[in-house]
Amino acid sequence: MGYGAIVIGVSSGGLNALMKILPSLPENYPIPIVIVQHVSPRSDGYWIESMNRTCRLNVKEADEKEKIERGNIYMASANYHLLVEKDKTFSLSTEAKVNFARPSIDVLFESAAEAYGEELIGLILTGSNSDGALGLRKIKEEGGLTIVQDPETAESPSMPAYAISTTSVDHIFSLEEIANFLQTLGEGN
Amino acid sequence: MAARDSTEIEIDLLLEAIYQKYGYDFRQYSDAHIKRRIMNRMVLSGYNTVSEMQFQLLHNKSFANDLLHDLSITVTEMFRDPGFYRSIREKIIPILKTYPFIKIWHAGCSTGEEAYSMAILLTEEGLMERTTIYATDFNQRALDDAKQGIFSNTLIKEYTTNYQAAGGRSAFSDYYIADDNMAIMNQNLKKNIVWANHNLVTDSVFAEVHMILCRNVLIYFKRELQNKVHKMFYESLINGGVLCLGSKEGMYFSELKDAYQDLDPRQKIFKKKY
Ligand SMILES: C[S@@+](CC[C@H](N)C(=O)[O-])C[C@H]1O[C@@H](n2cnc3c(N)ncnc32)[C@H](O)[C@@H]1O
Repeated sequence: MGYGAIVIGVSSGGLNALMKILPSLPENYPIPIVIVQHVSPRSDGYWIESMNRTCRLNVKEADEKEKIERGNIYMASANYHLLVEKDKTFSLSTEAKVNFARPSIDVLFESAAEAYGEELIGLILTGSNSDGALGLRKIKEEGGLTIVQDPETAESPSMPAYAISTTSVDHIFSLEEIANFLQTLGEGN
Repeated sequence: MAARDSTEIEIDLLLEAIYQKYGYDFRQYSDAHIKRRIMNRMVLSGYNTVSEMQFQLLHNKSFANDLLHDLSITVTEMFRDPGFYRSIREKIIPILKTYPFIKIWHAGCSTGEEAYSMAILLTEEGLMERTTIYATDFNQRALDDAKQGIFSNTLIKEYTTNYQAAGGRSAFSDYYIADDNMAIMNQNLKKNIVWANHNLVTDSVFAEVHMILCRNVLIYFKRELQNKVHKMFYESLINGGVLCLGSKEGMYFSELKDAYQDLDPRQKIFKKKY
């Protein structure tokens, strides 16, 4: 089955976790990746540039109205919610924090689930809150594939644990298994 | 034609009813955003379908008001994006200083924080006396709050940090008086601010101005509507005038992007070419 997009939600411990997954993906990876990483509202996005230097895929901030295309890893901007439109473009919003977070994982996941339906993969990684659980459930409801980092292996287990308790997820993986799984998807596509 | 999702049909009909009955046109706002706001109100009010809200919208004035308020996101801050205000000080103030009088339009000013921030900055740069700030929004509740100039004291700490990071020349506390709950902005900051109800979608060109700030408003509009509003801004600006968008908003898809020159690409400040 062809997947249209992968959405990833990650909070505390996130940079480490992402660094174990993203650099291993090849330059011609066929599925676009969209990430909400909780960061301080004042973050200047420098970390995105440094991720870009370590990854073979192009890592960039998601611009409003930008078309979602393969070859890219899109990061939500600090202090803005990121939504996916049905025409596979991004919208940004400054509406109030959701789950104490802006960007919120739920906001990205719920909108992406509507846009991509069963062609979406949702992935929840380490984090010490509950953001993303409802969004992941929505992805499952729409027929998408749901993966959560094994809480036992997460730097902060509560976000994965919360997601698992809310949805009967398809896979519970370590970071290494997640990296392998995503690589395999690339080969099959 | 494939059958459309019922909720989407219901949302279209709801937006149509809002337009026909109340004159607010949300039909070209971004779908994902509108859907989020409507579903949010549906859950809050305990309805199961958008169609049930249609009835309320048409027959229950207070429900209609709440829904209209929900559809306009009013979240704002004093000196939001401090780097933006530093850039204004360094790059725009020297331009504004060359004019004998200055008109600034804050489009989508929400509850006024941005206009007060600008009034403070202009005061410090010695320009407030010869400036008129037109602060407009289509949300009357927000405008009424803006006119009051009263803010919750819990926010003052954050605003003070923003003000300092924005290159403030004085102490932020010089600009308000506060008690345990409230901070009231100094009256003289409002002297040259004109608050007015203006709808960017349905109203026409506003005034001839030297500078337009429209930050975090166009992000809610679809491309075509953004283009329409950009045309209005272009017509309102004098030649050499300055257009400021939010830090995450580009002119990427504007048909007019070549009519402007980048003054600060990072802060999304553009100058209308002569
Ligand atoms: C998120 S606030 C931005 C406030 C401020 N400019 C800032 O950046 O902090 C967006 C504002 O745009 C206003 N707005 C939305 N659509 C509008 C329209 N069609 N005409 C006028 N104002 C509009 C909303 O009422 C709201 O107050």
